[in-house]
Amino acid sequence: MTRILGNRVRVWLLAGLFAAAFAFSAPLATTAEAQNKDPIKIGFSMALTGALAGGGQQALLGIELWAEDVNKKGGLLGRPVELVYYDDQTNPKNVPGIYSKLLDVDKVDLIVSGYGTNLAAPAMPIAIEREMTFMGLFAMDINTQWKYEKYFSILPAGPDPAVGFSQFWFDAVKKFNPKTIAVIAADAEFAQNLKKGAVKNAKAAGYEIVYEENYNPKTPDFTPIIRAANAKNPDLIYIASYPNGSTGLVRALAEVGTEAKAVGGGMVGIQFAGIMAGLGPMLNGILNYDFFVPEPTMDLYPGASDLIARYQAKVKSENLKVDALGYYLVPFSYANVDVLGQAVNAVGSLDQDAIAEYIHKTAFKTVVGDVKFGSNGEWEQSRTLVVQYQGITNNDLDQFAKAGTRKIMLPADIKTGEVVPFNDLRK
Amino acid sequence: MATFIDLLLNALVVGILLGGFYAALSIGLAITFGLLDVVNIAHPTILILGAFVAFILNSQVGIDPILAGLIATPFFYGFGWIIYQLYYNSFEKSGETDSLRGLAFFFGLLFIIEVGLIIQFGVDHRLVEAPYIGESANIVIGEDIDVAIPYRLLVAFVVATIATLAIRAYLTRTFFGRAVRAVAQDMMALRLMGVDPIKVKRIAFALGVATAGIGGALMIIVLPIEPSVGRLYIGNVFAIVVLGGLGSISGTLLAAIIIGVAESIVATFFGPSWAPAVSFGILLLVLAVRPEGLFGKTAGGH
Amino acid sequence: MKYLFEIVCLLLLVLAFASTQVIGNQFVFFVGFVILQYVVMATAWNILGGYAGYVNFGSAGFLAVGAYTSVALINFLGVGLIEQFIFGGVIAGLLGLGTGYLTLRLRGVYFAIATLALAIILETIVAHWGYVGGAAGTSILPARKPELLGILIVDRKAGVFGNYKEFLFFLMAGVAIGSVWVARWIERSKLGRGLNAIKDSEEAAECMGVPTLRLKLYATTISGAMMGVAGAPLASYLTFIDPLSAFNLEYAVNAIAMPMIGGTVSWIGPVIGAILLGGAQQWASLFISSELNLLIVGVLLVVFVIIAPGGIVGWFKKSR
Repeated sequence: MTRILGNRVRVWLLAGLFAAAFAFSAPLATTAEAQNKDPIKIGFSMALTGALAGGGQQALLGIELWAEDVNKKGGLLGRPVELVYYDDQTNPKNVPGIYSKLLDVDKVDLIVSGYGTNLAAPAMPIAIEREMTFMGLFAMDINTQWKYEKYFSILPAGPDPAVGFSQFWFDAVKKFNPKTIAVIAADAEFAQNLKKGAVKNAKAAGYEIVYEENYNPKTPDFTPIIRAANAKNPDLIYIASYPNGSTGLVRALAEVGTEAKAVGGGMVGIQFAGIMAGLGPMLNGILNYDFFVPEPTMDLYPGASDLIARYQAKVKSENLKVDALGYYLVPFSYANVDVLGQAVNAVGSLDQDAIAEYIHKTAFKTVVGDVKFGSNGEWEQSRTLVVQYQGITNNDLDQFAKAGTRKIMLPADIKTGEVVPFNDLRK
Repeated sequence: MATFIDLLLNALVVGILLGGFYAALSIGLAITFGLLDVVNIAHPTILILGAFVAFILNSQVGIDPILAGLIATPFFYGFGWIIYQLYYNSFEKSGETDSLRGLAFFFGLLFIIEVGLIIQFGVDHRLVEAPYIGESANIVIGEDIDVAIPYRLLVAFVVATIATLAIRAYLTRTFFGRAVRAVAQDMMALRLMGVDPIKVKRIAFALGVATAGIGGALMIIVLPIEPSVGRLYIGNVFAIVVLGGLGSISGTLLAAIIIGVAESIVATFFGPSWAPAVSFGILLLVLAVRPEGLFGKTAGGH
Repeated sequence: MKYLFEIVCLLLLVLAFASTQVIGNQFVFFVGFVILQYVVMATAWNILGGYAGYVNFGSAGFLAVGAYTSVALINFLGVGLIEQFIFGGVIAGLLGLGTGYLTLRLRGVYFAIATLALAIILETIVAHWGYVGGAAGTSILPARKPELLGILIVDRKAGVFGNYKEFLFFLMAGVAIGSVWVARWIERSKLGRGLNAIKDSEEAAECMGVPTLRLKLYATTISGAMMGVAGAPLASYLTFIDPLSAFNLEYAVNAIAMPMIGGTVSWIGPVIGAILLGGAQQWASLFISSELNLLIVGVLLVVFVIIAPGGIVGWFKKSR
């Protein structure tokens, strides 16, 4: 082996590099402390690149709009709100470091989670260790094991989220008197949880599960899956999928067809502007979950329509490369920080125990309606919408910004349509 | 029984069509990697670049994606020409062909293209519109047996097959094509014949990259695209090229169809989530037993 | 001094321990853990890739095997971190040995593709293994107050370490130092010289009587075991693990890029590469907070392979 460096040089080099690594963030701490202590800092990680970035960027804009609103109204506790956030690149490995940076170096006063289960879960131990109140955005069931009393989830799926998520869907399809069901799910975290919940609901309703398969997220063609499911003649097809799978399955349904009465349920992605417009009429008949749609009854949620309008205007005027409509995540990411902000102002301090206690006992009025949290931090009641796509005639994006293409079947208080069999809305 | 035959027939047909699609993604790599021994790991990401070109032309101007792919092809040819020149100046010129460094170079290129796409287009999934997407031909064969052929896959299959056969004819029938194949085997003989091997390699590499124009268009016809999708296909395209035997164009097409049919059959009868493992399992087995690939002629590696 | 290197290793270990006792800013340990994990990964990759010239594309697979061995052990026996490290290493080492056997006849790119295929197959298997969470992933709760030989390891007041991150950081520092020591030892031993001969020309090496087969198996086993050890604490670090995060392509990319940037001929190359590139990534993810982060890896990689073929070490050597 060739000797590359003298022994001594080599050792010093190594020692120096290690020292440099250890000293890495020392100067950061001082600069952060030297900064103005006046604003209240809210810290979070967000998926701004990577697989979940489509949602993450939308969520970030929602949070920014909230900060604008709050600061216009005089901030929290009379102090302006400042957002401190870092890109987790949709990689859970970055999350613990980011929250440590937020709490130890940036010295943020409040924290909320990033978007999605596997990016929220890795922050839990730090939140618990520092005894911070922690808001989770669309994180599925991450508090079951920890039982942390200062965790609150913004996911309108009830106390048992996996089951609550599809509860209304199974209520909606009862009118078809189904006997059999096929379940198709993506081989990934969120979809698998939805599937578990759906299987529980199906068994509780006494349906026979005739087909239950997972697909790999990079499957290019889904016609064999729909065919295999059709071969078992299911009355219902419950699908828990991610954007690429949702698109592929909707196309495969158009190509192969099905005799099932209801199709859909947990398809992520067909709520996004680009995918909705791209699929167009192929979506007709699909019965799926949603969080927010431009139906007239949604005006019951105070400020939501206005928020969406502002988001859409902002995206258009600043030519941002995010979802053009913003229904899916914006109201919820807004509500996520809004609940925390309301609590801080009501308590009158940044005392984390007091904030958590207040959130536990209060029914909040938010842009996503009335929110009340149960003892495990999940919502007391499921509010996941069931919508049926209908009347879509072309690939025009504007039609999805108006009422009528996604009518609400449940919950009953904001219902705008009646469920009909899948094939009745095709062609 | 009728159901079984129906499923089997459909799985076979869709598998063959899917194989054609895979071939379109791999054929460029079969040239750059298989013939020229340049480990262009950025090929799938260049395909995504092609897909975005098709998307732009389709959504802004309303051009059919296939036509858009054809329009883009000369530009990709030029792009490949530039990449090879850079690659040659940096590595091959000095005489030491260290494939590891080449690999790292293309890894870097992959990230640069991907980030460029994210900055320009964001991370949302993109789709194209064409009359043949979402429609299918239904062929009734017997009672309870009918084969549905999705036009979207049929288009991909036909275009891919034509492209593959054309490239094969070009490489076997023309003088220049034979020179390309000679580059892989005997550079000295080429020099003696008065042909500049570098020029041959440059043109062949550019040709390989040019297939990304049409391959990318097919990709966005078959599935939704966002910038990082390319990474998911690195394994598939390399597996197909290696399985087909390095340098064999028709071997690549056959290998692609074998993988397509295997995935489709597994998805139909054993559960779709096993599909990727099965195709890579085939690859691993073939490599362990017959390292030169299914249709390769030369023995064991380099 | 004959044992200077070993003394420095020990001193660094002591320094790592001391830092957990002195430094209050927890962020240091998060960054430190990630970078040290990369040091192990890059060093492990380099034993096979740098010394013997066999490119492993499936590093993430070995790392994930270590991580999931831990998950299975935690679910099954509730074992502690130390045991997780040991078993993670053993299982991934056996996998390395198996890979070696299966792919012995493969050279160059064929070997690289085979390792990639292996990683994908492993990912599919793990996604179907409900016991470790399957595709849905699983939460891991670290033991409340772990003890070792009657000594309380982690506890805010009475433990050796104030919290889990400090403990994980210290263990990872130990593993990193150990890996580098092993790599340096290999480099200077008969094994290293044999691997180098294989890299130059396998046929020639065989003619000269080098037991190429056996040496390659040693290398795949050691390299695999190190990657498994690097992955073993991942579940405890993240507290939630799913196949997507464990089999992340990022590990495979960095395991190749770091030695390439640092230099593949010597043990110090991967260490420098991991600290520089890992540090740059950490820095960029916090301060540039956008797509440009990925771009850094891409541009650094292209620039380095073009202007500094031997990595930083090679460039250093040339200028001397």
